[in-house]
Amino acid sequence: MEKQSTIKKLVDDLGAQDLVVVIGAADPEVASVTAETVTFGDPSFAGPLAGVSLRLPVYHILEPEVKSAIPAEIYEEQAGFLELVADTEEIGRIFREIRGRLETA
Amino acid sequence: MPDPVIAAFSCILAHAPGFVRYGSKPSREIADRPALVLSAIEGHLRGFEEVVAYPPNQVFIGNLKPDDLHGIGQPWYDHPVFPAPRRGPYGEIYPEELLLGMIKLADDFGLVEIEKDSAPVLQGLLESHPFWRGADPGRIGQGVDPGRVDGLIEHSGSLPLFHGGRRVGCVNRHHDRDDNLKAHVLMENLLAKASGALALKNLLRSADIGGDGLDLLLNCSEEAVGDRYNRGGGGLAKAIGEMCGCVASTGCDVKAFCTGPLYALLFASGLVKAGLYERVAVVGGGSLAKLGMKFQGHVARGMPILEDVLGGIAFLVTGDDGQSPVVRLDAVGKHDIGSGSSQQNILESLVLKPLDRVGLKVTDIDKYAVELQNPEVTVSGGSGNVPLANYRMIGALAVLRKEIARQEIDRFVREHGMPGFAPTQGHIPAAVPFLGHAMDGIRRGELNNAMFIARGSLFLGRMTQLSDGLSFLLERNPGRRK
Repeated sequence: MEKQSTIKKLVDDLGAQDLVVVIGAADPEVASVTAETVTFGDPSFAGPLAGVSLRLPVYHILEPEVKSAIPAEIYEEQAGFLELVADTEEIGRIFREIRGRLETA
Repeated sequence: MPDPVIAAFSCILAHAPGFVRYGSKPSREIADRPALVLSAIEGHLRGFEEVVAYPPNQVFIGNLKPDDLHGIGQPWYDHPVFPAPRRGPYGEIYPEELLLGMIKLADDFGLVEIEKDSAPVLQGLLESHPFWRGADPGRIGQGVDPGRVDGLIEHSGSLPLFHGGRRVGCVNRHHDRDDNLKAHVLMENLLAKASGALALKNLLRSADIGGDGLDLLLNCSEEAVGDRYNRGGGGLAKAIGEMCGCVASTGCDVKAFCTGPLYALLFASGLVKAGLYERVAVVGGGSLAKLGMKFQGHVARGMPILEDVLGGIAFLVTGDDGQSPVVRLDAVGKHDIGSGSSQQNILESLVLKPLDRVGLKVTDIDKYAVELQNPEVTVSGGSGNVPLANYRMIGALAVLRKEIARQEIDRFVREHGMPGFAPTQGHIPAAVPFLGHAMDGIRRGELNNAMFIARGSLFLGRMTQLSDGLSFLLERNPGRRK
């Protein structure tokens, strides 16, 4: 809920055009709900983004686009463990699907 | 002196559909949209038979093993166990009528009023149960006139008690300007006391000792019992002990969010090993606040509201009896203040450091018990599969240690982990529901050891950004032949 407020405030203060959200949750289900929330609004209708469609582009920290933008040493230190743990293929599929919906919606 | 043992274990569930409306999340939503939310909740509550036959609940009381859930189709609520006894080797699933009678038995201050139509039923049920046959039936009494309950609810801040869609009484406040003694808080505390007493009674029966056979009780329930001058002051350990006839025991409350049961177990083990006490029981009652926590996700998906039970756990720590599994005090894992807060840091502290100390590999541990929240409850609420995430991280530690290859993580999870089966009752899923299964597995020679790992979200109290964790290793008693 607090993170929803933070994202909403950032959009209110800075505008949405230069913002990208990077999600870090290892669980595909959790990552998917979080990604859905910052693009199409809170699906549980519980937080500040209930009914608010920010349409922010969303990536997961484990996707190659993000990995290639971060120095390898830092990435290994900060995300190496998560990369071992998470189902990166499933996460990639979910995030590509959400971005695809964002483009066509 | 040898390390202490866990000599007995108990866990119980109490069906509490009439209390779901008083869970934290449901009560806030009901305040916003009373008619809509209440009817949605009531339309998705389960009956007692469904709760008893629900596969994770059968695992909780020990009629099924955790790994048996792999062989049951999901959703589990669509695949009831048949036959489904309400009693198992570790405890029992109690109907709501018994819970209502228990909160009246737990009431020393005229906090609970039962209406006269319902009083005989509750009294009869208590008297027919072996635990409470000797209890003072006068506690329930004749019951009160419904008009009195109307007045208390309307004018004196009392909250109605429901069962089967019908009002059966109320819980009163005990001070008109003390938030800690208002009806809702007292209801929460009475339920923790009552469910804790059910778990402790069950433990005493399982250990085959009388109440006077204990000399210390440590309560690890999460409820903050106290008044306006001492919110969270405590006293639940002795309150539960008093209900169970533990006249030779003293006790106190141990609080550490979801890590509470493991701290209590650690303290109990240390005190037994030091020779200060001989038989220490750890007890934890259930948590009203968590009932219906994810009800919105369940209702939205057309599922039954699965958070409709209170949990209770208890275990007995004694000196070495040459039989029961040993708590290895040289292999306790702790999350130091300076340990760092990344998932990797936490698990290294809780898993690798203690294993290194005693010369064991990650794969030497037969079973890891982590936070064992039932995933069917949490996934639909957007919180993911908590045990699976933890098992994958422990597997990743084994990969980093080059004990297994990366592609073997799934197999590691399957062999060394288990599906979550505990109700999402805060401290209740904190690894310890596996204790009975571990003790039996070790006794049958299927397991040599098990590691128990619990973590606590200290930051929820807004006093620190820290989290917490503790782990311990349970091992076959060296005095017992395989």
